[in-house]
Amino acid sequence: MHSTSAESIISNAPMPEPNAAATISARGLARSFGNHVAVNGIDLELRRGEVLGFLGPNGAGKTTTMQMLTGNLAPSRGAVSICGIDLLEEPVAAKARVGYLPEVPPLYRELTVDEYLSLAASLHRVPRARRREAVDAARGRCGLADTGRKLIGSLSKGYQQRVGIAQAIVHAPDVVILDEPTVGLDPNQIREIRALIRELGGAHSVILCTHILPEVEAVCDRVQIMHHGNIVYSDTISALKQFHSGATVMLGLRRPPALAELAALPGVAAAEPVEPTLFRIQLAAGGDPTDALVKQAAERDWGLYRLAPAQTSLEDVFVNLTRREESPQ
Amino acid sequence: MILTIAHKELKALFASPLAWVVLCVVQIIIGYVFLRRLDDFLQLQPQLANMANPPGATELVAAPVFAIVAMLLLFAVPMLAMRLIAEERRNQTMVLLMSAPVSMTEIVLGKFLGLTGFLLVIVTLAALMPLSIAGATRLDYGLLAGLVAGLALLAAGFAAVGLYASCLTVHPVAAAIGAFAVLLGMLLAGEVAGDSLRARGWGVVASFTQVLSPVKNFEPFGKGMLDTYAVACSALLIALFLALAVRRLDAQRLRG
Repeated sequence: MHSTSAESIISNAPMPEPNAAATISARGLARSFGNHVAVNGIDLELRRGEVLGFLGPNGAGKTTTMQMLTGNLAPSRGAVSICGIDLLEEPVAAKARVGYLPEVPPLYRELTVDEYLSLAASLHRVPRARRREAVDAARGRCGLADTGRKLIGSLSKGYQQRVGIAQAIVHAPDVVILDEPTVGLDPNQIREIRALIRELGGAHSVILCTHILPEVEAVCDRVQIMHHGNIVYSDTISALKQFHSGATVMLGLRRPPALAELAALPGVAAAEPVEPTLFRIQLAAGGDPTDALVKQAAERDWGLYRLAPAQTSLEDVFVNLTRREESPQ
Repeated sequence: MILTIAHKELKALFASPLAWVVLCVVQIIIGYVFLRRLDDFLQLQPQLANMANPPGATELVAAPVFAIVAMLLLFAVPMLAMRLIAEERRNQTMVLLMSAPVSMTEIVLGKFLGLTGFLLVIVTLAALMPLSIAGATRLDYGLLAGLVAGLALLAAGFAAVGLYASCLTVHPVAAAIGAFAVLLGMLLAGEVAGDSLRARGWGVVASFTQVLSPVKNFEPFGKGMLDTYAVACSALLIALFLALAVRRLDAQRLRG
């Protein structure tokens, strides 16, 4: 049931920059824990210079997928290749090309920032001669220029998060995988980190795993939504915006009529209540019922107080895909 | 890469108060034992002078110090080893090593070498005590070298067991208690099981239990003997537990 809806959406997903080389590609990746299927045979492809937003509700299997892509967890089925190197066959060569920031940054609180980044660089086989330079570069990019000698344990949450990101990019990997990188940051820091992610997307390729939808819309080229271990949506952000802009409007009425009455208006494909006085109106293709709505509302004294295009279209997609599938179960 | 991890472990150990407390307590105890033994030795001096082939200072003073350190390691190693994997997992820092291009074997060997390096500091402390009287008496340097080598092997054996116990759980304290129980069990296996098996005429089986008994393997060194069987047993013990640790970590990656 899941797979049918997933396939229908994925089939029309265009791939951006088809000429760019794939940096990470996963085929039929699956993982079960006992009887519980956490990830159910997903495909994933990331090209150089691309930022992929990886979305899903809690427990959808996002983190499990990230762990498999970084070699922290062996998949039950399927294959992962990083820049053409098979992760399971040659884990050492493949892992050298990946930088990973897990949900909880793996920081040694008793080390200084410089000591820690230098450790991360040497673990990722950055030659000794270039290590100093690599650490300085990573620190500079993450806004840690003057914290090199501080103990990680004494830094604030936001700075610790930056150290976590610096750790993931210190060896200039081809793929950077960030699992909720902006959690616990203040709005200014979030903007800086987003700018950094965009910048990383230029030379590297980035998978951004998050709950925060505006973040995905702000920085990602492409978005995949995961639910119950399946990819239920995969499309570019620009296609998403084109497709959904103006397709729904939010209608607020103080004294609303019956729902069927709204749905029967010319140009309205469907109406669903969001709150008792707030409705989401799906527009029929080509029709624009705005005039009719306003006229009817005035004539029949519905008490119109709001008429606006539905906001954050990604959120609609997300909620639709991840909530609709709860009910049949 | 192994050395990078070993270096990191040593650095982390010396950054934690635990290492310093252990070093401090060990130093106080071996200092006390050393002085007591030295006192006894000086009082025995007139009687020793009458003996035909009297035991020297190394035998009467240094050997007991090393025996005490062996006992102290039984308590100290589980506490030091619990950090190696269990605490890293608990703090979720293990991911850094697991996502790095490093094999499980390298991780295990690096951590083992790091801890063993720290334990060698304790061995050095123990060796420095008898060396401090080198100017006043003639030391048996052969015996002393044997004691150092024997204690180093014993420490490495304990470290391997502690490392394996640390792989089994995410609770550092559980790892420490587990390692302590296993080490204590090995001590008993070497002492009791070996003797009782030998008494029943199962000498071959008894000599196998020696593999599992680092303390038993230490004994010949304390008598100034270089027993290749004891060395082989120690090496086998270390290799066995390190291999188990690698397997265990691999299994966790597969099982999740």
